[in-house]
Amino acid sequence: MRKFASMLVAGTAAGLIAALVPAAAADKPIVGLVTKTNTNPFFVKMREGAEAKAKEMGVELRSFAGKVDGDNQGQVEAIESLISAGAKGILITPSDSRAIVPTVEKARKAGLLVIALDTPLEPAEAADATFATDNFKAGELIGQWAKASLGDKAAAAKIALLDLNKNQISVDVLRDQGFLKGFGIDLGDPRKNGDEKDPRIVGNDVTQGSEEGGRRAMENLLQRDPSITVVYTINEPAAAGAYEALKAVGKEKSVLIVSVDGGCPGVKNVKGGVIGATSMQFPLLMASKGVEAVAEFAKTGKKPEKSPGLDFLNTGVELVTDKPVAGQPSITSADALKKCWG
Amino acid sequence: MSANETTPRAPADFEKAAVGAQATVATFNEETPSLLRRVQHLLHVHPTAIPALVLVLSVAVFAMAGGQRFLTAFNLSVVLQQVTIIAVIGIAQTIVVLTAGIDLSVGAIAVLASMVMGKLAVTAGVPTPLAILIGMAVGAACGAVNGILVTRFRLPPFIVTLGTWYMVFALNLWYSDSETIRSQDIGETAPLLQFFATAIPIGDARLTYGSIAMVIAIALFWYLLSMTAWGRHVHAVGDDPEAARLAGIRVERVLMSVYIVAGIVCAFAAWMMISRYGSASPQSGQTSNLDSITAVVIGGTSLFGGRGSIVGTLLGALIVGVFRNGLALSGVNVLWQDFAVGALIIVAVALDQWLRRVSQ
Repeated sequence: MRKFASMLVAGTAAGLIAALVPAAAADKPIVGLVTKTNTNPFFVKMREGAEAKAKEMGVELRSFAGKVDGDNQGQVEAIESLISAGAKGILITPSDSRAIVPTVEKARKAGLLVIALDTPLEPAEAADATFATDNFKAGELIGQWAKASLGDKAAAAKIALLDLNKNQISVDVLRDQGFLKGFGIDLGDPRKNGDEKDPRIVGNDVTQGSEEGGRRAMENLLQRDPSITVVYTINEPAAAGAYEALKAVGKEKSVLIVSVDGGCPGVKNVKGGVIGATSMQFPLLMASKGVEAVAEFAKTGKKPEKSPGLDFLNTGVELVTDKPVAGQPSITSADALKKCWG
Repeated sequence: MSANETTPRAPADFEKAAVGAQATVATFNEETPSLLRRVQHLLHVHPTAIPALVLVLSVAVFAMAGGQRFLTAFNLSVVLQQVTIIAVIGIAQTIVVLTAGIDLSVGAIAVLASMVMGKLAVTAGVPTPLAILIGMAVGAACGAVNGILVTRFRLPPFIVTLGTWYMVFALNLWYSDSETIRSQDIGETAPLLQFFATAIPIGDARLTYGSIAMVIAIALFWYLLSMTAWGRHVHAVGDDPEAARLAGIRVERVLMSVYIVAGIVCAFAAWMMISRYGSASPQSGQTSNLDSITAVVIGGTSLFGGRGSIVGTLLGALIVGVFRNGLALSGVNVLWQDFAVGALIIVAVALDQWLRRVSQ
């Protein structure tokens, strides 16, 4: 029995490995993609964009991901194995922007081009380049839109802030603080969520960026103050969860929800009136530009440029809403459905 | 026992040596037990007494600290809604833990079942009741895989379910393409999946069908575990599998049934998950395994098997829910919410160990 079991395990393992490892092309330059998780659609689409581009450019893409958001160890191992594999460059969405820096330095010393996607490293110049959404701007756009939509009521707004998690990572802080700045609220320390003194803010809660977290956080903030009128959410799944909580108490029509992401379910929720406005970002573009840059570097040794005035290459952000306000450019949900991801 | 009652007779010659020695036979030393021992015994016999007490205390504390907002009928009904899913997944976890096992794959099974139900009903056009049944069957199949690996291959449950947790979660991502099915689409094509979200207003409180279903499920499993032969077998297998085998219990069969039932219960929780979150998201339930173990442990069920209760698990889930909600209402940072839950776990396990000393 034991012998049989171990033979079975060995056989299965060998079979699995054979099935999962594609025949490696010997002479193609290798590009590594290391995402935070392989569960979030944002990263799934990023991987698909990178794969398509890699095929087109004739390079080999190897993808890795952390187990959960914040899994630094998994990303360290991924970079180490890419160095051993002799990769030309690495595209990474860091789970922990600070902790990954020494490993990134190791890769750069070994002659690899390292590009941060979506989330900058801390310090940003620890990577050769950063291709990202301007997350502060993404927040600012929905903040300005919310303020303009409310008109006179903005002065008496009651705001709920649904953030990501307790770690206060850069994306989380930039979006939240951008929203508040757009809405015209004094930020206190712009590197911190939740330290604002404005009486219009009911409170912050965390969602893990998921429907379940969004619903729970919204329920708790409604308990703190049932007269909430504006809800900022870190991403669209959290917004969908918040909407369910509002619907359960019959407030879904009277409360304005804004979000960031531009995933297809989120854009459909803009169309359906669940979300008032969202800032769309372009993960496919980040990934494909990243693959292009590594392929270029492999060929000529040239490193990518930055956008003027920023310390990263801005891959763009667009406001999506079906209720545009005067003086603010935006696209409709119908247009956005053609560009959305996920 | 009283003194020796044989009629006295004259001692024979050789017995003279024993004259004057004590002629009473050994007796038990009946001291009155200390108050502490009596409390210990009482709690050992009624394992739900501690969580019930903790729940009452924590509600009282938050009512004083959290002000009027916490102790409203509406808010308490919200807490009830917030714990329904963990309590139901906790049922699955409890029956596995009673057999001295542990199931780390519960959350993954639930999320896979929810994606199967959602995708079949919304995108494949399968009639919703059938989609729900297929989802339940998927849950049962996952449980069966756990059961076979534990009973046939004699692998430790912790390792088995650690492995199947990864595998089932990966299957869920593959099957769903990591794509969420929107609440509005489910509402249009398969409203039955959102059945448990319907709420009955009772005064200010909102009692959802989900909360009612949770109470019914808890009652059903309380009955199964304490009133049926199967329930006694589950306890016996957890307490001492060897003794259970000698008593004629088919241990493998009992274990198998426990893992399959756990899988079905998780699939049922999946239906409740879709109702509560509106959408079916492949991202949900990622911490359900640890959350359910937390509820089980705080509810007084012993991780060593054989002792515990379903009602305790419900109380455990409620205690965590009350803590999180109460701390959030008081504006306490999430860090400290996690800290408090961690402290609760340690206290619960320490109590469990202390109670075990009674039985030794």
